[in-house]
Amino acid sequence: MPSTPAAPGVPPEQPPLISVRGLVKRYGTKDTDRLVLDGVDLDVHKGQLVCIVGPSGAGKTTLLRCMSGLLAPTAGETVLEGVTVTAPPPALALVFQDYSRSLMPWMSVRKNVELPLLGKQISKNERRRRADEALAAVGLTGSRGQYPWQLSGGMQQRVAIARALAYRPHALIMDEPFASVDAQTRADLEDLTLQVREMYEMTVILVTHDIDEAVYLGDEVVVLSGSPTRVRERITIDLGRSRDQLTTKSTPEFVALRGQVLQLIRRDRYATRTAD
Amino acid sequence: MGTQPPLMRTRLTRHARNLALELVLPLVLLVLWWFLSARSTSPYFPPLATILSQFQQTWLFAHFLSDAVPTLQHLAVGFCVAVVVGVAAGIVLGSLPLLAEAAAPVLEFVRSVPIAALLPAGLLLLGIGPAFQIAVIAFSATWPILLNTLDGVRGIDSTVLDFARSYRVPMLVRLFRITIPAAGPNIIAGMRVAVSLAVSVVIFSELIGATDGIGYQILQAQFSFAVADVWAGIILLGILGYLINIVFRGFELLALRQHRSMRKPS
Repeated sequence: MPSTPAAPGVPPEQPPLISVRGLVKRYGTKDTDRLVLDGVDLDVHKGQLVCIVGPSGAGKTTLLRCMSGLLAPTAGETVLEGVTVTAPPPALALVFQDYSRSLMPWMSVRKNVELPLLGKQISKNERRRRADEALAAVGLTGSRGQYPWQLSGGMQQRVAIARALAYRPHALIMDEPFASVDAQTRADLEDLTLQVREMYEMTVILVTHDIDEAVYLGDEVVVLSGSPTRVRERITIDLGRSRDQLTTKSTPEFVALRGQVLQLIRRDRYATRTAD
Repeated sequence: MGTQPPLMRTRLTRHARNLALELVLPLVLLVLWWFLSARSTSPYFPPLATILSQFQQTWLFAHFLSDAVPTLQHLAVGFCVAVVVGVAAGIVLGSLPLLAEAAAPVLEFVRSVPIAALLPAGLLLLGIGPAFQIAVIAFSATWPILLNTLDGVRGIDSTVLDFARSYRVPMLVRLFRITIPAAGPNIIAGMRVAVSLAVSVVIFSELIGATDGIGYQILQAQFSFAVADVWAGIILLGILGYLINIVFRGFELLALRQHRSMRKPS
């Protein structure tokens, strides 16, 4: 076992739920070689909410795709509950950035949420129960019979979150989930994420390019370096469990942490530019 | 749903108006044909009255069962085979880009051979009879369906594919709940092309190798110089083609109702 420092706020004796070790991803052939991930190490413990931020162009999506088994890394591995990930594991559920493209427009909201459950050996009633429960958790009980295109963007992303919850994963992986909704909806969805995480005691890994969002949501913020990507810094966010859009964001601690993350990213962006 | 009834009514009146508009020109043409041909003595252009009485004698319903029904049956069977083969092959090729690339030249070649050129070969292989009809219909109708399905499957959003993989959606569920509905509009577009092609091909095949069918009857009429009968057969084909189109349009509306409402502003 490599001696990575224990995650903040978690008893060190507990093994991490997800452990990324020396992940390298190289695209292309010899001529068009492009190194995207250059040895990423990352531990996420059960119940943690970890936000990953980095300058645009850092391989954030590539990292998530490797972690979730959608993409084979060039070197290194992701270990989930002690098993190396080689294909999408049932213990992970993804929430994609583009909700309008990840939901099936020809299915009702409820059918969309039930869709991933069709592969599990559970009865029709149980399927429906889980879907309805998940939809209730995201506040969409009234929209079960509607179709995705009848809903607003924020509501569609809630459907996608419900679909992930009904799948009963051990960890939720979210790829810039709120990047394409308006500011108010975004704040609502952030709070929904915190609420759902509390309700299900869910482990969450969330990629975002929004520093405020990362600090507001995370127990820990992982700052990635510019391309090729490494973990530059891991910052513990000591803002307590219960957070509020207004009060939390105006505390001096929040402002300080936000500044710290911003500085790390800025410096990196500058470094990348001068390197070019 | 308080706004539903008046909305329905305006929609109904609009439909009625469209239908009336659609009927006006054909009726005018028919009336013109009727009067202009009434005193015709040309053996090639008999009066419409003669053609219609011939139409009634031949097709209502003396030869309907013995000739029109076989044509429609062959059409239906051949078309269904084409749908199954075309959609299945399109999905397989669409899901395996490498295979599709390898198969592309062959597909383009076979598809480019005019079906008329293949009829003699088909006749040699299968002989005169229903097997020949069904085979050539199926063969010709398969291509537009296959190529359109292939396009549709290829065009499925990468996010949808990522979703299906990461949530481990089983293959059959994926096929029937994701792939086919996603490619649905393309599949239907291919079927639409295939329908009209199949109608032409069935008549064509009956002209060269059949013992019954509408095409066969037209050919017999031509051999015995029964000009009015030839025209009557053509009218029947026109009517059938029109009806098939209507049935298909109904099917299309039904099959794509989700896709259609999706485009409407909600």
